[in-house]
Amino acid sequence: MSGLLRRMGLYALAAWFALTLNFLLPRMMPGDPAQALFARFQGRLEPAALEALTVTLGVSTAPLGEQYLTYLGQLVRGELGISLVYFPSPVSEVIAGGLGWTMFLAGGALVVAFTLGSVLGAVAAWRRGGWLDTVAPPLLSFLGAFPYFWLAMAAVWLLGFQLGWFPVRHAYGPEVQPGFTLAFAASAVRHALLPGATMVLASLGGWVLTMRNAMMGVLDDEPIRFAQARGLPPARVFFHYGVRNALLPSLTSFGMAFGFVLSGALLTEIVFAYPGQGYLLLQAVRGQDYPLLQGLFLTITLAVLAANALVDVVVVLLDPRTRG
Amino acid sequence: MSATSASAVNAAAPGRRRDLRSTLGVVIVAGFALVALVGPLLVGDPTAYVGAPLEPPSAAHWFGTTGQGQDVLAQTVVGARTTLLVGAIVGFLVVLVGAVVGATAAFFGGVVDAVLSLVVNVSLVMPGLPLIVVIAAFLPPGPVTMAVVLALTGWPWHARVVRAQVASLRRRDFVAAATVSGEPAWRIVVVELLPNLAALLGSSFIGATLYAVGAQVGLEFLGLGDLNAVTWGTNLYWATNDSALLTGSWWTFVPTGLGVATLGFGLALLGFALDERANPRLAASTGAGPGPQPTPVRRRALG
Repeated sequence: MSGLLRRMGLYALAAWFALTLNFLLPRMMPGDPAQALFARFQGRLEPAALEALTVTLGVSTAPLGEQYLTYLGQLVRGELGISLVYFPSPVSEVIAGGLGWTMFLAGGALVVAFTLGSVLGAVAAWRRGGWLDTVAPPLLSFLGAFPYFWLAMAAVWLLGFQLGWFPVRHAYGPEVQPGFTLAFAASAVRHALLPGATMVLASLGGWVLTMRNAMMGVLDDEPIRFAQARGLPPARVFFHYGVRNALLPSLTSFGMAFGFVLSGALLTEIVFAYPGQGYLLLQAVRGQDYPLLQGLFLTITLAVLAANALVDVVVVLLDPRTRG
Repeated sequence: MSATSASAVNAAAPGRRRDLRSTLGVVIVAGFALVALVGPLLVGDPTAYVGAPLEPPSAAHWFGTTGQGQDVLAQTVVGARTTLLVGAIVGFLVVLVGAVVGATAAFFGGVVDAVLSLVVNVSLVMPGLPLIVVIAAFLPPGPVTMAVVLALTGWPWHARVVRAQVASLRRRDFVAAATVSGEPAWRIVVVELLPNLAALLGSSFIGATLYAVGAQVGLEFLGLGDLNAVTWGTNLYWATNDSALLTGSWWTFVPTGLGVATLGFGLALLGFALDERANPRLAASTGAGPGPQPTPVRRRALG
């Protein structure tokens, strides 16, 4: 339990680090991006918006400590400033609009890759030296060497434009209205298939390998030999004695993988013009929208930390050995 | 990514195929190094407008032309030079920072170790890309920014690895013997510890270079690099900007992507070969996946 507490402390510290870095970055940077922004938006923004910008970007004459407290207070209220690209929407609103899509895409891809990879890895270990065991690891590690977004580009070109099998842009078709309808859900899934598949392909190798290695270890353990000696059906030995025990190392890396997949999703979304966090990130970079950029950094970082914390709790619940 | 790729390669089978894999890794990486070194002398100016926009591959332009009418072959070759150079420099910096921090923590122990390890662990749970992007966005674009940002964010993993290795070496008898015989600390570090760390640092360098190439290409693809430079990342950035996908001009992004992936694969193979040199137990075992390893894997290999 103390181990779990220590991990939680680590996440809290990392979150605080992210918050503070986010506060310090615009204040430390050379060339004062805030002044440049002011020059760009002078006369185009209302005084109230300029005032909001001042606070976000730290163009304030107040002492640093006081600014820091103001900043923390704003964060608690969920105020992240005003977006410049999507002016006059507040950053929090812009981000909330895209967060769901990213979670849907990245979360879906992660779950599919985890499930598929673990099954493949378990089977590869079960039939050690078989064709799957020989072909899958090197092939998947070669695929894993491609940048996520490049696989996405290749998929868009080949399967989207050349063959026309999948929609290649946006999160749902123009023919449906967002809402709790079957047509909308179907359209959303259809639009997520191709970007999701490229992300699964790029990340599958790690899961296959982790599961395969863990399964190999478990399969040689006494309980398995005993189960086989007792004449239990192979399927029962495979699932009940093998997979269930071998799944733990994969589960432990689930939280960290979420960070990787989310990062990959950011770039994949850009290729597909998918309206999630990655697409917003691109808009923010191109439009030099610092408030939006900072808001995205905070949201994504905190989401990954929260996911990691959640996974740690689940692992403790599942594995009596970690309860100590 | 490097860890998974390297160990995935490792997984298939022990024995002769392992030699084949490390040879392949050396050949791939050396091939790219050669292209980066002499290639730019053999191709024309990558920024010159040599033909009509988006010409498919032909005898005149083997890889076709970009949306601006530039030669894709020249851009790919010259891009390899910049990307590899920045990758190697960043790889070196990352390992240098990681080794200094890790060795300091392990060597002094106590409070120093506790503080440094905390910093390392906090940095390791932060997701990388958003951090890199937000820092890079606030700095003026260019290769120096790129190197600084990637070095700042890439070192923690290597610090942890080096720390573990130094901590274990410190307890060995030969270090104790050197201490007892009155050797100064610097001599112990340089003569006793460094030679034993060489293979580990080598494989760390390969892994860090792999990370640097991937992160650099990703950042430049986002438009956070120097857009006037010719690198693999900017090649892909311009390919999307010039609607390569909409017009079906696969030749503008396929060569660069294959370059990134093949180089990454080669580095992963090479890194794995060095990993085995650094840690002979890996060679005996069947796999070294990410995350905690169940002990029976090793037991089976020994038995």
